[in-house]
Amino acid sequence: MKPIPKAIRPYGDTLHDGKVQISFSLPMPSDAHGEAAAKAVAQSMRLVDVAVVEQRSLGKDYSFYVVYGTLTETVDPSTLKVVDHGEKAMRKTDVEAFINEHFQAPLVFIGASTGTDAHTVGIDAIMNMKGIAGHYGLERYEGIEAINLGSQIDNEVLLEKALEVNADVILISQTVTQKDMHIRNLTAFVELLEAEGVRDRFLVIIGGPRINHALAKELGFDAGFGPGKFAFDVASFAVKALAERGVKTR
Amino acid sequence: MHLSLDTQQINQCREYAKKVVAPMMTDLASYSTVTVERTVLRLLGIDGINRFDVPYPNVIIDHLKATGMLEKGAAFAMAHALNDTQLSPQAIAEAVDEGTLDLSRYKTANQPDMTRLLEAFTSIKKRIDQQTALRRSQRQHPRDKAVPDKYVIVATGDIYEDIEQAVSAVENGADIIAVIRTTGQSLLDFVPHGATREGFGGTTATRENFRLMRAALDEAGKRHGRYVQLVNYASGLCMPEIAALGALERLDMMLNDSLYGIIFRDINMQRTLIDQYFSRVLSAYADIIINTGEDNYLTTSDAYEHAHTVIASQFINEQFALKAGMPSRLMGLGHAYEIDPARPDSFILEFAQAQLSRQLFPNAPLKYMPPTKHMKGDIFMGSVQNALFNMVAVMTHQDIHLLGMMTEAIHTPFMSDRALALDNAAYVARATASFSEAFDIKPNGPVEQRAQHVLKEALDLLQVIAEEGLFTTLEKGRFAGIGRGRTQGKGLDGVFRKDSLYTNPVLEHLQDALKEGLR
Repeated sequence: MKPIPKAIRPYGDTLHDGKVQISFSLPMPSDAHGEAAAKAVAQSMRLVDVAVVEQRSLGKDYSFYVVYGTLTETVDPSTLKVVDHGEKAMRKTDVEAFINEHFQAPLVFIGASTGTDAHTVGIDAIMNMKGIAGHYGLERYEGIEAINLGSQIDNEVLLEKALEVNADVILISQTVTQKDMHIRNLTAFVELLEAEGVRDRFLVIIGGPRINHALAKELGFDAGFGPGKFAFDVASFAVKALAERGVKTR
Repeated sequence: MHLSLDTQQINQCREYAKKVVAPMMTDLASYSTVTVERTVLRLLGIDGINRFDVPYPNVIIDHLKATGMLEKGAAFAMAHALNDTQLSPQAIAEAVDEGTLDLSRYKTANQPDMTRLLEAFTSIKKRIDQQTALRRSQRQHPRDKAVPDKYVIVATGDIYEDIEQAVSAVENGADIIAVIRTTGQSLLDFVPHGATREGFGGTTATRENFRLMRAALDEAGKRHGRYVQLVNYASGLCMPEIAALGALERLDMMLNDSLYGIIFRDINMQRTLIDQYFSRVLSAYADIIINTGEDNYLTTSDAYEHAHTVIASQFINEQFALKAGMPSRLMGLGHAYEIDPARPDSFILEFAQAQLSRQLFPNAPLKYMPPTKHMKGDIFMGSVQNALFNMVAVMTHQDIHLLGMMTEAIHTPFMSDRALALDNAAYVARATASFSEAFDIKPNGPVEQRAQHVLKEALDLLQVIAEEGLFTTLEKGRFAGIGRGRTQGKGLDGVFRKDSLYTNPVLEHLQDALKEGLR
């Protein structure tokens, strides 16, 4: 593997050219003043050689811009602390073999899209038989009992059900959010677990397009999975963590 | 451009759907619900909230329930009170709230004279009639247009911000604006009151919010020389009440599915089926197009494997609507472009499904939903997916074209997302407008074969449902793979068996008007 570079810039078509594209709307009409404002916005992001390549009206009081610019700062990826899930994920059959080998009873996963979020697409992709993009969901895993509560489940209801079915893993999906509401909702769940004194009883994993592992850890969860992750990623992490904790192990 | 389909199979689908729906309505005819009765009160002119923010229709219904009077229907007690006190319906509600009037005094009374009650209803109905006439004079029906009506959503949570977003969308070419509801609202057993500035993933549906948005769209529409249609949700636990408020404030379309609430919101099936009936009678009377929610099945189930469940459900929704006296022109039957883009020929398969729906329901203003399930964070690819969807919408003459947002699955739409989606759809409509005149579908080719296959599967499913009954079908989870029990779900405590003296002259009046073709 190549070493992690020490100094990079965004890449357009030449190394270190620093080219970026951005787009945004402004609450002012699309005219020469709007264009100047858009340019100033880009410069405030410390872009140079700013070009407003497209501007259009969004109505009489709003406008939209596509802007290119050059970033002169460099960043050093080798100094960045990256939080990930550890070793490479196991595939479905390996997860099943791992469960068979390490655990004496089926592992219970309970999942929901919580709060006001009405989208089940994320939790369904991980939990339902069918899964997504050719990767089966947890329901189809031998040794896993998957219970999908669906959408708009209150934190309290999720915990109550998790206790009722004696869940080992709780999965929470947050798909569409507005004004970072998903953060408040997720924080509230951790607080609820702590208030009830059951935080250590479950492995709690969150997922969604705006979730990553670092955010999950920061909020007090055991793991977080963002875009491009599948049931096997989640299962792989969960079974290893449960084995480490000695939950239901042989 | 025409698919060759087996007419006998289509007729059989309708026959089975009829068999599915008929026993439901007979079964439920002896029941009513709290929201049906609150709707009656709203249609007598009762509005507003008391000092504890409880809507007056709820105050009365709670009072009737507590005193064992609800089984006779809201109209029974109200007619007695109107005849007795000479007060207006609103004044009666306020008196009940203050405790100065106890409606249980009519508990052992006989059937009241309905003249005064019908007078009160007539004056409210006049407003609905005026709104309906205004719409008729200004709007071209979506089914009569050459290209689909472009439909976008606003969902900021703040009605005043929604108005900014909606007006911008109108200025960028939107024909239809839907105000997404705050997500918890479907489970509220009352309709909130007044203008609201806070919501989650959407904005509270209130009469005042309807009025504010209606006025803003009328004004923006006038500036741009066209009538802009407004949509909200007659769904959840207050289906018919929202339908009534929509009729009063001239909404043009209402999301209203006979099964959606049962399957996706875990609302009790008896409650939903009773409520959807009254709400459809009202919408039929007020000439409001309903939008059904079949597209939602495909966000959960696989769109390729379960395409036939959409068709079967469209036939069922059609029969429920016909039962409520609704003409085909008001049935915005739903479907969606949700096949996995990784599947070969996904465009061909979607085209077949859309053309199939088009031919099965030639007079219905079909509501066509964009890709959502397979939209990722890649907004650039998302734009391409939406363009293909737009092509199918235009080429197969869908009517209510719900535009996809390239930022689907990331956030509720930014103002610019909407404008770019409108540009995308307008370009495709311009570029492919005469597609269906230019091309024929190849006989026995892949499009026709797929459509015939889906139709046959839908027929088989409808036969099963007709044999086992709809309640069993829902218990077994044949739609979207979600099973619901008959006595399970929210809102069952609001369902009650009618007393022998039960009366609902408001519903009867609307039913008669629809029967006589007065609309």
